[in-house]
Amino acid sequence: MPDHSLARTIFGRLTIESFPIHEPILLVTFIVVALLGLGIVGAVTKYRLWGWLWREWFTTVDHKKIGIMYMILGIIMLLRGFSDALMMRAQQAIAFGSNGGYLPPHHYDQIFTAHGTIMIFFVAIPLIVGLVNYVMPLQIGARDVAFPFLNNLSFWLTVAGALLVMISLFVGEFSRAGWLNYVPVANLQNSPDTGPDYYLWALQIAGVGTTLSAINMVTTILKMRAPGMSMMKMPVFCWTALCSNVLAIAIFPVLTGAFALLMLDRYAGTNFFTNDLGGNPMMYWNLVWIWGHPEVYVLVLPVFGIYSEITSTFTGKRLFGYSSMVYATVVITILSYLVWLHHFFTMGSGASVNSFFGIATMVISIPTGAKIFNWLFTMYRGRIRFELPMMWVVAFMLTFVVGGMTGVLLAVPPADFVLHNSLFLVAHFHNVIIGGVVFGLFAGMDYWFPKAFGFRLDRFWGKVTFWGWVIGYWVAWTPIYIVGLMGTTRRVNHFDDPSLQIWFVIAAIGAVIILIGILAFVIQIAVSIKNRDKLRDTTGDPWDGRTLEWATSSPPPAYNFAFQPVAHDLDAWFDMKERGAQRPVSGFQPIHMPRNTGAGVILAALATALGFAMVWYIWWLAAVSFVGLIVVAIGHTFNYKRDYHIPADEVAKTEGERTKLLATGA
Amino acid sequence: MPLLPLMAMLSACNRAVLNPAGDIAVQQRDIIYISTALMLLIIVPVIALIVLFAWRYRAGNKDATYDPHFDHSTSLELVIWSAPLLIIICLGALTWWSTHLLDPFRPLDRVAAGKPIDPKAKPLVVQVVSLDWKWLFIYPEQGIATVNELALPVDRQVRFELTSANMMNTFYAPTMAGMIYTMPGMRSTLHAVLNRPGVYDGMSANYSGAGFSDMRFKLYGVDQGGFDAWIGRIKASGRTLDTASYLALERPSEKVPAMYFGTVDTTLFDRAYNRCVKPGTPCMSDMMRKGAHGGAHGGAHGGNGKARTDKAQPEGALLKDADERRGGESLTPAPGAKATPAPHSHQER
Repeated sequence: MPDHSLARTIFGRLTIESFPIHEPILLVTFIVVALLGLGIVGAVTKYRLWGWLWREWFTTVDHKKIGIMYMILGIIMLLRGFSDALMMRAQQAIAFGSNGGYLPPHHYDQIFTAHGTIMIFFVAIPLIVGLVNYVMPLQIGARDVAFPFLNNLSFWLTVAGALLVMISLFVGEFSRAGWLNYVPVANLQNSPDTGPDYYLWALQIAGVGTTLSAINMVTTILKMRAPGMSMMKMPVFCWTALCSNVLAIAIFPVLTGAFALLMLDRYAGTNFFTNDLGGNPMMYWNLVWIWGHPEVYVLVLPVFGIYSEITSTFTGKRLFGYSSMVYATVVITILSYLVWLHHFFTMGSGASVNSFFGIATMVISIPTGAKIFNWLFTMYRGRIRFELPMMWVVAFMLTFVVGGMTGVLLAVPPADFVLHNSLFLVAHFHNVIIGGVVFGLFAGMDYWFPKAFGFRLDRFWGKVTFWGWVIGYWVAWTPIYIVGLMGTTRRVNHFDDPSLQIWFVIAAIGAVIILIGILAFVIQIAVSIKNRDKLRDTTGDPWDGRTLEWATSSPPPAYNFAFQPVAHDLDAWFDMKERGAQRPVSGFQPIHMPRNTGAGVILAALATALGFAMVWYIWWLAAVSFVGLIVVAIGHTFNYKRDYHIPADEVAKTEGERTKLLATGA
Repeated sequence: MPLLPLMAMLSACNRAVLNPAGDIAVQQRDIIYISTALMLLIIVPVIALIVLFAWRYRAGNKDATYDPHFDHSTSLELVIWSAPLLIIICLGALTWWSTHLLDPFRPLDRVAAGKPIDPKAKPLVVQVVSLDWKWLFIYPEQGIATVNELALPVDRQVRFELTSANMMNTFYAPTMAGMIYTMPGMRSTLHAVLNRPGVYDGMSANYSGAGFSDMRFKLYGVDQGGFDAWIGRIKASGRTLDTASYLALERPSEKVPAMYFGTVDTTLFDRAYNRCVKPGTPCMSDMMRKGAHGGAHGGAHGGNGKARTDKAQPEGALLKDADERRGGESLTPAPGAKATPAPHSHQER
């Protein structure tokens, strides 16, 4: 049939059957998402905000605005990832004996795959990159990052990846091969559908963004520090951001390479990871975990930095053992490359290999332990103000040490042989990711929100968020540790043994308590915006901070600092306050700034089209968008209107207003 | 809240991992206990100090000393780094020793604490092939095979040889021993022993696709007499596992009840692991031997072209004709439409 093959040429393998119109859960979700989207688009159109959004936000190269956009992306994706978590918890709470639950394996397998993929790549990474983006340049006294356009492009490429994952919910299917898209499940032979392709293209595109962003951050930290700020006078958060991004630069190319080989397997019929013809699935496992283990530290190191900043500020003390903290961070960075094999001790590598990787893993707990002690002794003889950020720090320390302990336990190969792939393992990594990374991100948001918006977050709803997460975590994951010790394994769709059910019901209750925490966080933001005048901070330094970001106004002007600050001490801003340094009020110069550009949005849109076309085998669209990508990228290099100057008058006016504000506040 | 985990631990103690029926699992459980105790030596004081300091140095407590300049102490730093180091040295030694002792490749030297192994007794060999999605157990000496049912005589060393036909799975009988991957084209080994008679659960612990959740088997621990009787019953069942029935069995299926084969082609395991069960497929071991001898003269890849046609390796998307490019079907077929085949099945497209 000629018209049939014409349709195939135009739409590839995309047919009307690709839309899940017979799947009630997906259909309802789609309608809700579509209505919400229409509502937002309608509101933006009604209030004529498109131009403002485009000029002030989408095309911005300001690291602060990009940071905020990363945070918004991360929070939106958190809602998606957490919906998946709730569905899994509900399924496992009811699917016992003859009851198969409400999610057949086909759907359930996509949900746990999407949950892991989204939570790591599109929640944790954007939230961390967002905070680093916002805070780090301010902390080192810089006016922007080293490559402002690249920063914008990185953000939009991450959005493109997230978009592809979201599209897979309603057009075709997502991968069912686990959050690392494991072969042989993800081989073409076993998964001929679109799932693994969506996964691969989404993560390849987002991965380019993450790699570029890491290069950008490392360059910024190395080259753009304020005068006087030697490496060993740099705030700990910048140190951890540096190590995290150095790690990212080293490991993301490995992931990209592994995914590229799997793409070749799936698109060109090669045999890198197939079962036959010399292919070897285990090679894929090695490659993804060479990325995967350091990735844990890419996420957790900056968060350690957040805890350090907060502990020091709210105890009113300089951080205990600063240099020991820095060395610990560097040691963790190096060691994290040497432990990936502990993710598959049970592969049978032999006792000596397993022992090496087990002991290397344990050794990481020494610098990590040193960090815990350093926070502990920062609290010692401090005067601790239990504001929201500090509450998160204490909850983190109490929760994280347990996760650390179970982690070291899993590093002992004979123990791992019975606990690997069990729910004990799942509980362990949620213990460190929630208790470490998530608590730290909330701490960081509570801490730096007033800097970004000029008013604090509401305390009451912040406490509800805090207790929802902390109590919810313990109620949800303690039972999972227990069923793991009973020999229950992960990714199981339904269970035979009815005596286990009570634990999964408790876990589901815990998930609901966490849901309360998440909803309270959304309410917290809404209430804070509503009461912003009451919560207003005019000083720019609401917590009696110690580092340079608190030296400028809240929110900071586009140029961050009218004069580049000079650092004389580790706690540069605290040192200025102690010495009674005066804020300059005259002698302003024009400030050289990068200019906004729409190239990042256009490139990311073309990348999305390329990914979608490749997933659905729409070759013409793939060719067009690929050529488009090259043309726009080259075309952008001929754009010479890249910078402008903020005139001295305007700087003087902005700074003058701040002078007045500070006078009224004082 | 600390009571919840404690109570839970007590009830968990009666279950698989913490209440093993086999000597290897017992030793693995003991390693869990010893390591946990070692780590608690440092974790408990740390937790106590966190709570103590957080309480004592709260801003509201005016009696507490406030010393904003206390930010360095060499002696304290020494303690901070050396205390975890000491624990890790102990734990590292334990790890090195126990990993070698409990290496799944290593034959046992005792069947239980205080019961050394009889040097003359040969281990029982069980060959395990994970199929999509069921377990095939071949007893080569007894000449029988079963699906999703494993019986072992108690107090006798067992050597499992494991491979997979397609997906990677993990062979896991938590009461007997730790888990081990089954991988296509590779052979792994596990030495274990069961000491207590009973009926236990076994499963695949590594997600392997649609039928994974039901990829479970029953493990029967029986005495020698019971084992012989079990073998006899299976021999009497009369079914044969040969190449043809293996290929039929290999096809993906879910929730498979126990199956018994009274006679078995004992070359099946080696051929499954060398990926040449299907007649006419070159065995990996042959290809490697040719590769080792033929080297650069092109002999190494002699088998490849042939294998490609025999194995029905799917072609990459770019190489397919337009009409062949399918697989983008949605979750459920339209009502009344012909059922969409499960995407994991290997049907020829």
